[in-house]
Amino acid sequence: MKKMFKPFVANLAVITFLSLVFIGAAGAADTLKLGVAGPHSGDLASYGIPTVKAAELVIKNINAKGGVLGKQVELVVEDDVCKPEVSTATATKLASEKVPVVLGHICSGATKAALGIYKDSSIIAMSPSATNPALTQSGDYPNFYRTIASDDSQARLEVDFALDVLGFKKIAVLHDKGDYGKGLAEFAKKFLEDSGKAEVVLYEGITPGAVDYTAVVNKIKRSGAEAVIFGGYHPEASKIVSQMRKKRMKTVFISDDGVKDDTFIKVAGKYAEGVYATGPKDVSKNPLAIQAKDEHQKAYNAEPGAFFLNAYSAALALLNAIEKAQTTDYEAVSKALKTEWVDTPIGKIKFDDRGDAIGAGFSVYQVKDGQYVEVK
Amino acid sequence: MEYFLELFLGGLTRGSIYALIALGYTMVYGIIQLINFAHGEIYMIGAFTALILASVMTMAGWNYLAIIVIASIAAVVYSSAYGFTMEKIAYKPLRGAPRLSALISAIGMSLFLQNYVLLAQTSDFLPFPSLIPDFDFWEPYAHIITSPELVIIVTTTIVMILLTFLIKFTRIGKAMRATAQDMKMAMLVGINVNRVISVTFIIGSATAAIGGVLIASHIGQINFYIGFIAGIKAFVAAVLGGIGSIPGAVLGSLVLGWTESFFTGYISSDYEDVFAFVFLVFILIFRPAGILGRPDSQKV
Repeated sequence: MKKMFKPFVANLAVITFLSLVFIGAAGAADTLKLGVAGPHSGDLASYGIPTVKAAELVIKNINAKGGVLGKQVELVVEDDVCKPEVSTATATKLASEKVPVVLGHICSGATKAALGIYKDSSIIAMSPSATNPALTQSGDYPNFYRTIASDDSQARLEVDFALDVLGFKKIAVLHDKGDYGKGLAEFAKKFLEDSGKAEVVLYEGITPGAVDYTAVVNKIKRSGAEAVIFGGYHPEASKIVSQMRKKRMKTVFISDDGVKDDTFIKVAGKYAEGVYATGPKDVSKNPLAIQAKDEHQKAYNAEPGAFFLNAYSAALALLNAIEKAQTTDYEAVSKALKTEWVDTPIGKIKFDDRGDAIGAGFSVYQVKDGQYVEVK
Repeated sequence: MEYFLELFLGGLTRGSIYALIALGYTMVYGIIQLINFAHGEIYMIGAFTALILASVMTMAGWNYLAIIVIASIAAVVYSSAYGFTMEKIAYKPLRGAPRLSALISAIGMSLFLQNYVLLAQTSDFLPFPSLIPDFDFWEPYAHIITSPELVIIVTTTIVMILLTFLIKFTRIGKAMRATAQDMKMAMLVGINVNRVISVTFIIGSATAAIGGVLIASHIGQINFYIGFIAGIKAFVAAVLGGIGSIPGAVLGSLVLGWTESFFTGYISSDYEDVFAFVFLVFILIFRPAGILGRPDSQKV
């Protein structure tokens, strides 16, 4: 008898506790809900959890200062495990919770699947990490914003830099046949051809990990290219650059943030000098970024994870827009996002008509004396 | 014409490197009919040994010539020791076993050595010092072929000549040829077959180590995985030339190097590997034993 009694008491305690929690939740009904969606379990959880932490830190600060529109902000966190088929259910759930804005999703595929549902429910979504260009450029999702630059923005920057700043007329485009490198090279080629200012004299994929790249380097030389735009990572880039320099070629080398890595300089050594690479804007001196990282360090005693600053900025931007609009109305908040500048850890940003952040993104760096230096 | 020459020499350089590795494959196959998949790893270990020694000696401020010589010799000795030990541990106990067992043992050895270097060193790419300097007298031609490439071609040629001499005119070379022809008969006439096999592994490992040091200082970076890719290509070259045949391995390597170079140069590098392997398939359709291989139904 005694034995049966104990679990019963325990169950009763749990039930009482749960009902208290529910009553508590019901009692705090007048809050502003901020949806947070992304992978919080599964193998991509490490991409989604930093966003939840960022949102928690942001609302803690804001709630301490009295909240938004006089209401406390409450998070509604939903897991989409980065899968499109799950993210539609996630989105439906958030819509039924009547959240006005969603921070997420994380993966481009899952984001795309969820956006239609948000659009129908007039919910604004802002991703800290979905980089697929079509999400903003297709114009299908006027309710979508992001605080990360899209995949093609690096290619755009590289091409603009080569044409307008360096003034080249003949450019070779190479890639490593991978998703990242080839995607970038395809954009670069398209932008070069569309500009009409320069000729793509060579467009080729190289084999990653090959013993050497002498033949490709000879080909670049013969093509008469003034610059090479390379889409890929640093191991191949350092081999190509070294072999070009050893062959006494002065061809300028422009690449992406797969190459903007200190390992590249370490491996290519003196041959790395003068190489250009695009990379995310340096935010290490931004006081808000330093503050956000400190908060994370204090709260979790760990370094922040992937997309943390982008998520922190997105949460700030969303809540700021609601505050500025003085309402959670879809039209008013959209307008505020596009017109009101906001200071965030990734810089002072607002959003363009398509939903991409202005003032965030990539800059061009050049190797000088063994270091990447931002080109002004 | 200059472009053709550049591609020709580029292919020759690449082929020379393949040849240094392919020799080990073909010699081992010729004697014990084993495809030693761990051979690429020996090449990688050679490069790592040279890197470690060269870094230490550079820090100590030694003369560059001393560094080249000592680092290369150490790489050769160390790799040979690995080749010798590998044979004793992984292949000798399986000498009487079905050939598939030894093959699996070789694949295991390859994975073991890769992961061993990965754990003992790092998974990152490491910068490899340019052991081969730019020669001043070669400067007018450096835009066609660089000094390191020239050194690779010359060294490979010297190694080939020495090896041919060894196989053709020395006692151990004679013993190797005898063992390759018929191991049992060789034993009967008093040849120490175990010693011959050990020597074969040592020579194969030594040439691979030379290849490792040369290519690493040519391209300037190494990691634990370089042996796998180079090893696969060299294996293809050995098969192309006729596995078991030493001149075949050299010819196969050069043909493969030129094929890749010219295809990249005149058509496209996107399908470089595809073309190289299509070419291999074609050769094997018309000459199943490889370019210089002798058809031998018993060994297939």
